[in-house]
Amino acid sequence: MSTAAKPIATLRSVTGVPTGRLAMWWLLASEIVIFGGLLMTYVMHRIGHPEWATEAAHTNTVAGAVNTVVLLSSSLSAVLAHQAAQTGNGKKAANYLWLTILGACMFLVIKSFEWTHEIKEGFVLTRSTFWSFYYCAAGLHALHVIAGSIAMAIVAIDAAKGKELQRVEYAGIYWHFVDVVWVFLFPLLYIAK
Amino acid sequence: MSQTATHHDHGTATQGHDAHGHDSHGHGHHEEPGFIKKYLWSTDHKMIAQQYMWTGVAMALIGGYLAYAFRMQLAFPGKFIPAYGYMSSLQYNTAVTNHGTIMIFWFAMPVLIAAFGNFLIPLMIGCDDMVFPRINRLSYQVFLLSAIILIASFLVPGGGFNGAWTAYPPLSGNSEYNMAHWGSTLWVLAVALEFVAFLLGGINFITTAMNSRAPGMRLWDMPLVVWMIVIASILFMASVGPLIAGAVMLLFDQNFGTFFFAPERGGDPVLWQHLFWFFGHPEVYVVLLPAMGMSGDIIATFSRKKLFAYKTLLYTVFGTGIISFFVWAHHQFIAGIDPRMANIFTVTTLIISVPIAEMCFLFIATLYGGSITLTVPMLWGLAFVGEFLLGGVTGIFLGASGADIFFHDSYFVVAHFHYTFVPIAIIGFFMGFTYWSPKMFGLMLDETLGKIHFWITIVGFNMIFIPLFFTGLWGDHRRIYNYNNFSELARPELQDLRIIATVGLLIMISAQVFFVINLVKSYFVTKKKAGDNPWKANTLEWQCPSPPPHGNFATMPNVYRGPYEYSLPERESDFWPQNEPPAA
Ligand code: HEM
Ligand SMILES: [Cu+2]
Repeated sequence: MSTAAKPIATLRSVTGVPTGRLAMWWLLASEIVIFGGLLMTYVMHRIGHPEWATEAAHTNTVAGAVNTVVLLSSSLSAVLAHQAAQTGNGKKAANYLWLTILGACMFLVIKSFEWTHEIKEGFVLTRSTFWSFYYCAAGLHALHVIAGSIAMAIVAIDAAKGKELQRVEYAGIYWHFVDVVWVFLFPLLYIAK
Repeated sequence: MSQTATHHDHGTATQGHDAHGHDSHGHGHHEEPGFIKKYLWSTDHKMIAQQYMWTGVAMALIGGYLAYAFRMQLAFPGKFIPAYGYMSSLQYNTAVTNHGTIMIFWFAMPVLIAAFGNFLIPLMIGCDDMVFPRINRLSYQVFLLSAIILIASFLVPGGGFNGAWTAYPPLSGNSEYNMAHWGSTLWVLAVALEFVAFLLGGINFITTAMNSRAPGMRLWDMPLVVWMIVIASILFMASVGPLIAGAVMLLFDQNFGTFFFAPERGGDPVLWQHLFWFFGHPEVYVVLLPAMGMSGDIIATFSRKKLFAYKTLLYTVFGTGIISFFVWAHHQFIAGIDPRMANIFTVTTLIISVPIAEMCFLFIATLYGGSITLTVPMLWGLAFVGEFLLGGVTGIFLGASGADIFFHDSYFVVAHFHYTFVPIAIIGFFMGFTYWSPKMFGLMLDETLGKIHFWITIVGFNMIFIPLFFTGLWGDHRRIYNYNNFSELARPELQDLRIIATVGLLIMISAQVFFVINLVKSYFVTKKKAGDNPWKANTLEWQCPSPPPHGNFATMPNVYRGPYEYSLPERESDFWPQNEPPAA
């Protein structure tokens, strides 16, 4: 595929906001309504079914808390990557992004141990609607963790060569979103008992 | 005079642009891109628009064929249907389900939003392409994939999904009930992918319109249709999320044994209805607004008048957009929702018909005192307003929760929403196509054939749905396979109306022959050149060559005024293109 020159459309910025950032906001807004819808229905159900508390008692709060710390610190390295990109240091930005990806991988590893354990104990998807929500919501979130990691890897490879540094910021924005979703999931699925 | 001047400019500057085209292709000399690159793998917004348009039209043919089949069954129950065969009750349900699904998600959406949005937005705001051409291409590819999955769902064991386009559980969630395990799963998957395609498409519509307008073009200088497509994309994005979550839950119910929506195990089927209609009602505005925008622009052009109250209209649309999130439960008046809630939704529903009526009035005010020419696009544009009005007015009947207890799930509802959707999707497509095809292909369509096509289509359409208001009032429930099974409905006076409706459909389908003849005649025989600006319109797409070359404009335009400066007394010519510099 030939590398097409960028259309003039991309060079304009009537609002003063970079178009890439606008696009990112659009993506996040659509993600927010998706997770918003899912979590709203969960909360409504949860209120209607006080007995779910006994199910929720079996979630592993410690694993959840550790994962929260892991994700929050990976967001920190995403911020540092953005800072490095702003000063034009692509190498450093890329390294911070790889660090963020490492955090994402840790999150997924912890999650898979946690789930394996729960499934072995019989807390499977179909045990009750609480567990259906649990796997559905956390699973959808995990998919976003994976997608975000892939996106960050692509951005990091370019950034290391000093290319498309503005994308470091966009990847970071996305990552913060993934993080924020977890900040909602953690209390709703793990702490509320 | 100014026209020739701009035209001359094109000649020279087009070359200048070609030079730019060279490096953009990375070739030393100009070279036609290969077939695949040009037609299938293109990132050009005009080609993507055509891909969306023709895919949408092809899907509409499938949807239309299904309608033909089940209308024949309703008029002549149990008889042999030419080009179909005998129809079983299961096939009947599959046909209605996929007819509705296709017409809304694979015809109205791709044609009105994606095809016209892609074609018009960059041209009308004076830039050379969308901001993210490759995301644009991806959007079409995901859409195409979704269409293929939907078609594949007809062919799997068990046949296509048959639980209605609204897919209410428990019918949709359990293959013991719908007997189409693969069909229902593929259906949900296809719809979900289609949503993804439109979320991807929306990225471009919004960012391009916000950030890449020609120098001098304020937001308030954008043509109505651009605004409408942008607002529609926002409404879509803001409403579809919960349904995507719902679709995931439904897929889990269907395939992994969860019971989110299964009442027998503590699930809540009404939850799905909320998720569906929280999207579903804004969705009707998602398809309505682009069609409204097109008809507004067309009416202004052919009345040679400023669009009446352009800004007021837009504020009205913003209001409509917001209110459209608060009316969804009017679809659930008899689903067991709290009657106090029904009262609230009755009020919001009646409120939302006010701005809709206002839009129609503003168009009528635009016509008032104009120098109207009844060209084919103008006929479609006017028909849109007139026919849609009937749909809107009958919506008010349905919005009254008390009345709706009787109307719900009757043919009255069917007629209501076809008086909204047919103007939107079918009239909308023809209005956009007859108006903008000279730009798209550089050739004029035949006016006489166009008028014949118009009138027969309109007569056929009304002949289908006026009788259905009456059968609905007299008790015809929708989604019934054979009315002879119900003695109180198996009456000849009702059957006559059902037959009239089917004959109307046959007329409407035959009318399309004139459209095809028109295409063949105009594009392969007469080949009458359109020129840059056949309708003498102001908006920017008419200020570039027809068809626009790669990159659209020879010199990128500057904008000096709004889109509707027609018939100004102080000017000799009755129009004033947005990019024409004011006299010094
Ligand atoms: C003036 C504005 C409108 C009002 C007050 C209105 C009201 C209603 C109400 C109350 C219903 C529920 C009837 C029932 O199921 O018993 C309904 C059904 C429906 N309306 Fe409208 N409507 C309006 C405009 C539209 C528009 C613009 C569209 C489409 C573009 C539309 C499409 C539909 C569809 C598809 C259904 C039936 C859905 C189904 O059950 O399959 N309506 N309308
Ligand atoms: Cu509605």
